[in-house]
Amino acid sequence: MKKKGHPLLGIHSALMMIFIYVPIVLVMVYSFNNTRLSGDWKGFTLDWYVSLMKDRHVMEALMNSLVIAVISTVVATLLGTISALSMRDFARKWKGPLNGVLYMPVIIPDIIMGLSLLVLFSQLQIPLGKSTVMIAHITFSMSYVYVVVNARLAGMGRQLEEAAQDLGATYWQTFRYVTLPQITPGIISGALIAFTLSLDDFMVSFFVAGPSSTTLPIYIYGQVKRGISPEINALCTLLILVSITLILLAQYVLNRGKGQKKHKMLPF
Amino acid sequence: MIELVEIEKQFQGQVVVKPLSMVIEEGEFLTLLGPSGCGKTTILRMIAGFEQPTSGNVVLAGKVVTENPPNERDLNLVFQHYALFPHMTVEENIAFGLKMKKIPKEQQKQRIAEAVAMTQLTTLTSRYPHQLSGGQQQRVAIARAIVNKPKVLLLDEPLGALDLQLRKNLQTELKHLQRTLGITFVYVTHDQEEAMMMSDRIVILNNGQVEQIGTPKEIYSSPRTLFAATFVGENNVFTSPQGLFAVRPEKLRPQRSEESSMKSGVIQDVLYLGNVHKLMVELDQVGEQPAMTVTIVLDSTDEESWQVGERIGVNWNPKDEVVIQP
Ligand SMILES: Nc1ncnc2c1ncn2[C@@H]1O[C@H](COP(=O)(O)OP(=O)(O)OP(=O)(O)O)[C@@H](O)[C@H]1O
Ligand SMILES: [Mg+2]
Repeated sequence: MKKKGHPLLGIHSALMMIFIYVPIVLVMVYSFNNTRLSGDWKGFTLDWYVSLMKDRHVMEALMNSLVIAVISTVVATLLGTISALSMRDFARKWKGPLNGVLYMPVIIPDIIMGLSLLVLFSQLQIPLGKSTVMIAHITFSMSYVYVVVNARLAGMGRQLEEAAQDLGATYWQTFRYVTLPQITPGIISGALIAFTLSLDDFMVSFFVAGPSSTTLPIYIYGQVKRGISPEINALCTLLILVSITLILLAQYVLNRGKGQKKHKMLPF
Repeated sequence: MIELVEIEKQFQGQVVVKPLSMVIEEGEFLTLLGPSGCGKTTILRMIAGFEQPTSGNVVLAGKVVTENPPNERDLNLVFQHYALFPHMTVEENIAFGLKMKKIPKEQQKQRIAEAVAMTQLTTLTSRYPHQLSGGQQQRVAIARAIVNKPKVLLLDEPLGALDLQLRKNLQTELKHLQRTLGITFVYVTHDQEEAMMMSDRIVILNNGQVEQIGTPKEIYSSPRTLFAATFVGENNVFTSPQGLFAVRPEKLRPQRSEESSMKSGVIQDVLYLGNVHKLMVELDQVGEQPAMTVTIVLDSTDEESWQVGERIGVNWNPKDEVVIQP
């Protein structure tokens, strides 16, 4: 039998959904509205998307964002995975504190993260640019990769690796044929999350970006200060679609593993 | 084949396996029998190399292997919870050990075919473990081990999760397998009937301590400790001024008159179990000893009709008394 919640809970979640999704849907709708002056619906158009493609500044920001996202994703995925793997072998005494340290960037507010990184970079006299943004993105997305891969490792337990060893596999063979295939879904979905976070990040990037490293979100912020244009709506729509696709993909990959608990990141 | 020299295991200072020495012969079927938590798995894991003994040594085929990792020991373990690789098919699971040892492809094929036939998995080779029933998974785990033709096979309650029918079938199959392949089996179970049926020798464990090592017949007819006497088969334990002794239920004789009998009591229950029947008799209190109930097993040659509530005498032959340690 299905358990029924209190009716107020249903209303509450409906309100929540409206609250979260109405603004996003509005942005998407207006990106197709055939008028510069937002407000009334004046028919469907793709003009704003076309003029977006022709805008040199947008394309430059897009390139910056992509380069930063790709590189920071690769590095963060590697580091996060290695941390998760090596954490397993630490003595229980050290596990708690180390785990806390690795989780920290997930919890710390973005503004603090951005500010502290900015302080660090200026102390070390590192000029702000693409590399500083990458370092910043690696710092926080590594934690997310760590969390996802760690969960996957914990779900796997030790038995499979012991079975492999028992059947004559060396340390590396065990890793190659058993551990890695088992955690690959976690690694891939961690990477997709890292990519999405990097692409969408505004706050941290805003602190540590230089003049030559304007990313898409920073560019959008700069434009919005001069008024919301339909091109910006179009750009945001594209970003939203890419993000949702990546997150859904991450979820799909993570759940494809057999006999594992199901994870859900989005409400659908 | 295997020699355990004073191996002891502690977890966080708590003794889980008390110092244990024994020799396991080549081709022997040895069973570790004991209640849950008595240390059976821990002993197997020390032999396989997954746990380091706190002290003592493991000798395998004349070589001290205490420090060697599991992949350098010529034996295989069938895990209590199967531990099949979920991302590999049945065939890939079985092939794993051969692949790691770089056995030539042709030979791999042949050995896999043999193992698959022996465990009756022929039609299931391309399935994934999650598409198999518990019994089938169990057979894959066994096939994955025997395909390597190890000198020693360690089995941790391999039939624990199966229903009675399948269990009986696999018991005979395993025993047959062990005879034909001549592999040394170290078998863990907490089922005393299974242990009696399959083993050449049984090690009775309790609380990390060996209570007795012996053939099923020795264990049954001359248990040495109270635990061994009562854990394997039914038993009646009596106290005498000299200590404890046990008499098996089938060695007790009921007698209609109480006179000149060794004990007397009242029948509490009569149970008919097909070919045998059982009397539960509450013995009269003698002196300060607490009241006790004994079980008497009578075979079908007994034609008397025993009534509940009847007062009877109980006798036995003193040579059937087995002196046991508390
Ligand atoms: N890694 C460990 N750390 C601490 N204690 C452990 C560990 N492994 C086993 N123990 C303890 O050692 C004792 C023996 O465990 P073991 O698994 O050998 O029992 P078992 O005889 O195999 O039981 P079962 O029949 O339930 O499988 C138990 O009390 C258990 O709690
Ligand atoms: Mg066990």
